[in-house]
This record gives sequence, structure tokens and C-alpha cells, in this order.
Amino acid sequence: MGCGMGKSRPLQEKSIRAALLIQRWYRQYVARLEIRRRCTWNIFQSIEYAGEQDQIKVRPKGNLISHIFRENEICHETEWEKYFCYKGVEVPDSYNGPHLTFPMSFCGVSKLMEAFRHKQQLHARYVLQILGETWRLLRNLPNINHISVCHTKEITICGDLHGQLEDLLLIFYKNGLPSSEKPYIFNGDFVDRGKNSLEILLILFGFLLVYPNDVHLNRGNHEDHIVNLRYGFTKEVLGKYRFHGKKILKLLQKIFSWLPLAAVIDHKVLVVHGGISNSTNLHIVSRIDRHKVRGAISLSSVSESCKNLKVVCVQYIVDLLWSDPMPQKGCVPNEVRGGGCYWGPDVTEEVLGRHSLQLLIRSHECKQDGYEFCHNRKVLTIFSASNYYEVGSNRGAYIRMGPDLVPRCIQYQASRTSRELTLRQSVGRTERSALQALKEQLFVHKSDLIRAFQEFDPDNMGLISLRHWATATDSVLKLGLPWRVLRPQLVSRTHYGMVNYLQWIKELSITEPKLEVSDTSILETMYKNHSNLETIFRIIDTDHSGLISFEEFHQTWKLLSSHLKMEISDKAITDLAQSMDFNKDGSIDINEFMEAFRLRSFLLLIKKGVI
Amino acid sequence: MAENRQHTETVSDIHKKITTAFKLFDYDANNTVDAREISTIVFSLGCFPSQADLHQIIAEVEEGSSGYVHLDTFLPVMTKVLLEHRFPPIPVEHILRAFEVLDKENKGHLEEGELTKYMTEEGEPFTNKEMEEMLAVLLNNKRGLVYYRDAVGLLGFDGVMK
Repeated sequence: MGCGMGKSRPLQEKSIRAALLIQRWYRQYVARLEIRRRCTWNIFQSIEYAGEQDQIKVRPKGNLISHIFRENEICHETEWEKYFCYKGVEVPDSYNGPHLTFPMSFCGVSKLMEAFRHKQQLHARYVLQILGETWRLLRNLPNINHISVCHTKEITICGDLHGQLEDLLLIFYKNGLPSSEKPYIFNGDFVDRGKNSLEILLILFGFLLVYPNDVHLNRGNHEDHIVNLRYGFTKEVLGKYRFHGKKILKLLQKIFSWLPLAAVIDHKVLVVHGGISNSTNLHIVSRIDRHKVRGAISLSSVSESCKNLKVVCVQYIVDLLWSDPMPQKGCVPNEVRGGGCYWGPDVTEEVLGRHSLQLLIRSHECKQDGYEFCHNRKVLTIFSASNYYEVGSNRGAYIRMGPDLVPRCIQYQASRTSRELTLRQSVGRTERSALQALKEQLFVHKSDLIRAFQEFDPDNMGLISLRHWATATDSVLKLGLPWRVLRPQLVSRTHYGMVNYLQWIKELSITEPKLEVSDTSILETMYKNHSNLETIFRIIDTDHSGLISFEEFHQTWKLLSSHLKMEISDKAITDLAQSMDFNKDGSIDINEFMEAFRLRSFLLLIKKGVI
Repeated sequence: MAENRQHTETVSDIHKKITTAFKLFDYDANNTVDAREISTIVFSLGCFPSQADLHQIIAEVEEGSSGYVHLDTFLPVMTKVLLEHRFPPIPVEHILRAFEVLDKENKGHLEEGELTKYMTEEGEPFTNKEMEEMLAVLLNNKRGLVYYRDAVGLLGFDGVMK
């Protein structure tokens, strides 16, 4: 490792050798971090998409639920307007949040942003007013907005925000507020996951009302009330507006269905939330009644006679909002998301060519750097929610584009402290979150895992090789993760390369008290389906009152037991229902019921002998 | 990494290890990676090569001047590297001694300026970015000093980040 300096002084040579050693050592360390970062990324993505797939699979079964989706809305829009009217809502003197006047003005939106920055809440009256105005405006917009960029103004395009108000404010700070001189496109997924989804909507709608020709909103797959049931937006609204929440949600349902589907800039650049498929035809898309597609799961509401036509229309829209690009050629159904497709570079060429377009800008997927090109730079993904999985997991970005139609991406990262995390800190935190999420998934599948391990352990020694551990785990979880690389983080102890799998499974248990439970499979099934349960219950509770009757409860359990392939006796259900009804008024508080399904309380019920 | 030494690994085990690490960077799912990722992959397999060593490996496995490396080319080359234990890990004492060599006055720490000078001017110099990152990790902020004994402990092999 010498530097060949010939007549070098020994001391200097020694220093150089020392420096070389340190450099080598440090670079190895950085590389290990990089590997862990990639693994962590893979974990989050696979769990996230597996979750979304479950969501779409919650298809209503049986008469009880399907009637909820029947399109019996013969009411005219004017009747709805009366229902949503804000006029009856009084603002008390005690309210010290912002007061708005209409028509909406730039001052009004600024006031709104200031208030939200100071964590104030807008009164329900004003919320209903803004939403009402927005609804009226959106009804006049086409499915595809045609925009042109000229020399004096560049357009800004933002991707997913997912309720992260910090990021929106950061974008406005870095890039300036929307105005006639500063047009914006917001490319969907404004809500869910983050805790300020409603604030983001109100700000975006505010700007839309003030600058209707310069602010453009595209619908994302999360602008869908069924998805909102699971991913947090419904909960957020009901939590913030206990009295008017239901009405607000209903109005938002309509607004979401009226959001435009795409934008085209200078006839050359297509901006849409998800992407395309090989059948995407914008001329057809522009003629669909987009507001009739309320959500990705509205298919079951369709009457037999016009099923085929409607199915095709819904398909067009689902493709635009749910699809992802893939490196291989072709177009295949998107099994991971459960809706839309995976489309290849050949499809990009074809669809862009068909419409004389040169670039597709889309969002929908989180990217480490906030943006990513693919398909020969013809597709650009833009994602604006930084720290999406965990603090430090990724940057956000937005696009600036002038008349040359060349996209320039600007990155940022919102951080609670003003210092940026070091590489090591951000990887560490993100990794811990990912590993925790992964351990939860492993715990949930522990019966299947044990069974899979036992296949490699015919003599019942309790030990299997690391190789077999990796194979078995992969076959059960099907997440396609690099288990061998993750192994050191998940399996802390090995005996000469062998894993004591029963011990390992035991150690996986989350910090729950060790209680003797007779039938652990029920627990696991419950926990595994926790989010599905909540979704189903919220579907039952149609008036969002938070209460369900014993009868409805019974029906739900019957539905669930067939969905989950479990046997539950009628008596068990009745007993369970009665024990849930704490105030004995013949109805069950949905919140308390959901609490019971958190592991701890459920165990308590079992202990009490209820189940 | 240690337990792998306790019983000899088969070639097929090694192949699996290499392929798994390789595939982490195979973004297009076509068994190729960007040549610039090779160093990370090699490091991740427990090796401690110098930059010169890495350049040699990359030159051997790169597809002409395309900037890409195919798994079929990489696998045999890397397998040989692992079977030969060509770039074994550096024992912690050696790193410590290396720091002590640089710490000419035996202070027990290095100043920011000192470390920067060595890392960016000697051996296989760091880029500015690498130097910044190293300082962010190792520097005891209040006094601008690198207490290397702690640092070596902190960045130990396979250490879980605290």
C-alpha cells in the first residue's frame, strides 16, 4: 500500500499508510449504511403496497352492505346544496380562530395559512362555506385541464402531500405562493396518513377559489372516501369536527368525485396522478362523467343493464389514478396495489405518441430523492411528502417548468429541528421504524412461520439453518425482501449458523404482557385484520354516528367469519356484543369496539372468559 | 459476518450472498447494476478493499465502457474474492493505531483541521462531501475535536446504530 515515493521519510510514509487505513475503514462504513438504507426502503414499500392491496380487496359481500352503494341518489344537486348549507351554522363569540369573508380573497387564504401554522382550527361554518364554493366551481371544470405556459410565468407542479402541512408550507416558502404569475398544479393525494389533511385541502381549495385559472388540482387515488376510511382522513375529520364531521365528509366525497383527472400543458406534457395503461385514450377520458365514479370500489353499485359500459369507464379512471411504471415492456395488472396496471416503456412510447405528447409527469410513488425519471426520461415521478416513512427517509421535490417544457426539480426536506440529520442518524431512525413494522408483520404470521420452519426441521430439533430461515420466511411473508441481508437485524442470536426458531418467534412478540390464551389463532387473525375490521365497521356505520345496533353487529360478524374463514357461534357473538355495550342501551360504540380489538383489551376479554 | 467463518461456506452459499447484495441495486430487474454501485456491493459483502482494489475489480467486471455490470460477469469474480478472503476486515486495534500515528502529539484527539488535512490530502483522498459527512459523525461539536477512541468504538462492525 506504499505510495512509491522512493526516498520518503519513514514518518511520512507511516502517516500516509495510516490515512489510507482510516479512509478504507470509513468508506466501508458508509457503504454498509447505504445497503441498510436500501433494505429499509424495500421494507416500507412492500408493506405499504401490500396494505393498499388489502384495501381494494375489501369488496362488499351480501345484501347487507351492497345496498349502501346502490346509486339511489335521485336527489338533484339543489337538494344537496340545501343539505350542505352553512347558513344554519352559527359561530359563537368564544371562537378565536380565523373569520373568513366570501368571495374568497388572497387575504382570506393568507389568514387561513397563518391560523393553521399556529395550530388553530377553522370553524365548521367556514369549512362548509369553502367546500360549498369549491364544489360549485369544480362542477364546471372539464376532466382534463388544458394549460399553457408562456414566457413570463413558469408553472410549478407538486406531487403527493399526504396531509403533511409542513411540506406544503415549505414549498410555498421556497417557491412562492400561487398567483396569476405563479401557476401551480397539485397532482393528487392531498390527504391520508399525515395529520393535517383537512388543512391542506382548505388551503388548496382557498387558492383554487381565488385563482381558478392558475391553480389546478388533479384527483389522486386517495381522494376516495373508501380509502380515507382506512388511511386516516375520515378519522381526522371526525376527530376535529365532532358535530359537523359527517356532513363535511359527505360534501368532500362529492368534491373528490368532481376533481379533474389530468392536466395537459401546451399539448405536450401530461400530468396525472398514477399513470397510464395501454388502453388510455384521452379523448374518451375527457367525455366520461367523472363524478359518477366515486371511488375505486364503486363497481358493485352498478346495475346489470349498463354494467359493461360503466365498467370500462371506471377502468379508464382507475388506470389513471392507480398505475405504476415498470422497467419491462408490456402492460400487466397491478397486483401489488390491486388496481390499475404496471406499464412499460413501450406503452409510454405508444400512448404519448398517440396523443402527440412528449412527457408524462406523475406521482403516486415515494422516491428517495423526491423525484425520479424513467422510461428514457419520458416519465417523471414527483413526490412532495418528505420524511414520508420516517424522519430522514426521503426528500420531497417539486417541478418548475417554463415554455421550453424542460422540467427542473427542486428538492427539500422538512425537519422539525433546523439541523439536518446526519446520514447515520437518518438511516438509524428510519431503519428502526422499518424493523419495528417488519417485526409486527412477522409476529402476525407466526403460526404460518412456525409451520414453514418445521418443514425444514423434520427431526424436531428446534434449529434450522440461516439459509432455510430465509427461504421459509420469504415463502410466508411474500414481501420479496432480501432476508439474508436483513437477518443480522432480525435474528440476534445464532448457534453456529443455526437459528433456534421457536425462541426467535417468542422474542418477536411485541411488548404485550404474556397471558395464557387458549386459542392464539383468533388473536392473530384479529390483529392481522385489524385495519380491515375498522374499514368494514365504518362502512356499516353509514351515518357516521359511531354507533351500531346489535343486529348490525351480528350481521357484521357473520360477514367477517365468512371473510376470515372462521367459525363463530351465535351465542359467542351475542355474548361479545353484550359485553361491549358498556352503557347497556342496546347499541355499541364503534370506538370502544375497536379498542377491544387492540391486543391488550382483547386479551382482557379472553381472560374474563367472555370468549 | 463472524459466524460465517465458524463453518466453511459452500460455493452456493457464497453465490446466494453475492446475488442478494447485487439485486438490491438491480433497479431495472435485468441483472445489471450501475458500475458505481459495485464498491457498495463489495463492501457490503464484508470486504475492506482500497479504492485502487475497487478500481481493479470494476475494470474487470464492467461491460466495456457502458457503465454497467452484469451479474454473470460479477459473480465469478466476486466469488473468487470471497473464497480467497482477499480483503479481510481491518482489526479495530489497527484503526486505533492508525489514528495514534496521526495524533503526533499524543493528545488523545485530533483537531478538525488536522483530520481534514490528512483525509483530503493523503492516501486516497476524500471528496469534500465525504469529509463533511465524516466530520458530522465524528466531531465532538462543542470543541471541534475528534476523540478517535470513541469514534472507533461507535462505528464498529455491524454495530446497530444508537
